Amino acid sequence: LGPVMLDFSVPIRRWVMCRQFQCHQLFISWALLSSLPQMVGVVGLEIHAQIQSTSKLFSGSHVRFLAPPNSLVSHFDASLPGTLPVLNRRCVEAAVLTGLALNCTINRKSLFDRKHYFYADMPAGYQITQQRVPIAVNGMLVYSYFEGRRRNQVVTKSVKIKQIQLEQDSGKSLHDDERSQTLIDLNRAGVGLMELVMEPEMCCGEEAAAAVRELQLILQALGTCQANMAEGQLRVDANVSVHRPGEPLGVRTEVKNINSVRHLAKAIDYEIQRQMEVLQSAGKVLNETRAFDSKSGNTIPMRDKEGLQDYRFMPEPNLPPLFVYESEASVPAGVDPAQVVVIDRLSGQLPELPSVKRTRLVETYGILQEHSFTLVNEDGLIDYFENVVQTTKAEPRKVIGWVIKELMGNLNSQNLNVSQSPISPCALAELISLVESGHISSSTAKQVFQEMWKAPEKTVGQIVKEQDLWMINDKEELQKICKRIVDSHPEEVQIIRGGNKKVLNKLMGEVQRETKGRTDPVQIRAILEKMVS
Amino acid sequence: MFCKCAARASRALRPTHPRCGVLTLPALSDTVSASGTSWSHWTYKRESSNSAWSSKVPQIPTWEPVAENQLPPPDLVDKLERLALVDFGSKEGVDCLEKAIRFADQLHVINTDGVEPMDSVLEDRELYLRDDTITEGECAEELLRLAKHTVEEYFVAPPGNIPLPKREERSAMLKHSEF
Repeated sequence: LGPVMLDFSVPIRRWVMCRQFQCHQLFISWALLSSLPQMVGVVGLEIHAQIQSTSKLFSGSHVRFLAPPNSLVSHFDASLPGTLPVLNRRCVEAAVLTGLALNCTINRKSLFDRKHYFYADMPAGYQITQQRVPIAVNGMLVYSYFEGRRRNQVVTKSVKIKQIQLEQDSGKSLHDDERSQTLIDLNRAGVGLMELVMEPEMCCGEEAAAAVRELQLILQALGTCQANMAEGQLRVDANVSVHRPGEPLGVRTEVKNINSVRHLAKAIDYEIQRQMEVLQSAGKVLNETRAFDSKSGNTIPMRDKEGLQDYRFMPEPNLPPLFVYESEASVPAGVDPAQVVVIDRLSGQLPELPSVKRTRLVETYGILQEHSFTLVNEDGLIDYFENVVQTTKAEPRKVIGWVIKELMGNLNSQNLNVSQSPISPCALAELISLVESGHISSSTAKQVFQEMWKAPEKTVGQIVKEQDLWMINDKEELQKICKRIVDSHPEEVQIIRGGNKKVLNKLMGEVQRETKGRTDPVQIRAILEKMVS
Repeated sequence: MFCKCAARASRALRPTHPRCGVLTLPALSDTVSASGTSWSHWTYKRESSNSAWSSKVPQIPTWEPVAENQLPPPDLVDKLERLALVDFGSKEGVDCLEKAIRFADQLHVINTDGVEPMDSVLEDRELYLRDDTITEGECAEELLRLAKHTVEEYFVAPPGNIPLPKREERSAMLKHSEF
């Protein structure tokens, strides 16, 4: 019998498989091993965020996603001899803003270094980065995700940010395997990046995904990065290892080629599972770089690049230290304050961050926390919601139900965003007001909503009139209808009189069906109860 | 070895460096310390010289021969060659590298306690920050003209990093080259 694979969560099954062992021997080893804690995953993220600026980090070339190849390249970007880097003030401000939003300490003095390695898309042979003293250190990112069967229990966690540094992006390589060549486009070479290094404090794909989503919202709110993973504006590499709590960290692997937040969660979970299986079958985890294959959901080892790289870091001789100043007062004499980066000025420009927005929405409108997350996550949804609330006299809690369920449901199924909604905030407000005033029932309203979606040119009133969906409020009419139902269902009435009140719901359903949902369930229930008793 | 004046250095100082061990010549054995405190020897020498004019350049050459077995292992040099893509080619090339390193090793003699490292002589100047405007670019033709072989406005490169051939293969390749 080979090595015993003991799965602590299902010891009985394994006992059956290992029945060749002496009973007492197995019991002892199981007892020993089951007292060991379970292995857990350890995840640390390295995120590269492309700075949203007009020109590049060290040169005056335009930053744009799509452009003819090599058209946005200056002499410096092409690493022609005799060119020098000139730092872009907007990129420094972007890094400081991001650092402030993530509660980092901004280093008043930071230094630039060269990181040497050879690759065709980096013509200089080195990348200018900030390895020794980066611009911001020791921050924290607070993120939340939802647990529970109905996904409504919020769990809030935080992860420490080790540092934020400014660095250059490399160009793009297009691999042409047929002709055994690589085509190089340097449009992206030299674009400013913010590298965010997080401490390995997360334990699974879900946490990492939630953290990255929150970071995306923060960067978009600040305007420092558009954070679109599919377009490469936000690149996430995950460092994954497994260990037992209390023991030293295991060997880590780096997972690259992750193009969306969902893929990130999948890749990390697969890698943790793979490493646990390797260790449980007495193997060793290799310190390697693996690529995520979205089709299979697996990670595959990347080609080993000449063993462990030695980047031969050296100070960038062409750039003196970068100073950022606390306030206008601390700017030395003879220096134009408009020319330098002043932290106070930037903290004054910080917009409302997503977490603050959520708290404000919950407090102002009394909605649930999970609703505030949906409102903040969708672009433009907050404005839509606030618009409806202001126009209609209904309670925000009722409005939010319409916005989250009906509106978002339809938008998601047709893959539209809020700005493309066929129903305007005013139209929705009108509909909700009609329900509140008792002119139509809530179930009819849902029907009307779908009709409005299909025919946005018609008003609410038109649709209700066309399909004769006005609520029946006439007491006599209601009595007549209920009497009809009660009379045609004598057996059910007997059962109700016998004590089973649940059958009343069936009668109510009959009434609703008869009237095509144009009745108020509360009134009908009262009438039926009186009739039956 | 490369140092002919070692025999003459009877009161020589010994700039020790962890990388290079040193042959202990018989004449030096009593003045030489075991490790890393040559700087204190040097101040002692300075104070005892009593000269008004104190030059930091030693009066007598202080070269020391380095034994073969003290040199960095050959695969370290090989690794350096791979990283820097510089081929030292032959024993003469490696010796030349050794000399260059040795020359620079003299920097270790200087006491830098309490002195901040300086990367650039411009550290007291403001780093100029440029406005975020487009001032360059749109010179694709000019840049592509520099490359011998381009494909539809892209530069062409081999499919991946071509690893440096092994030492044996390299010597075969370079047999007919200038090295």
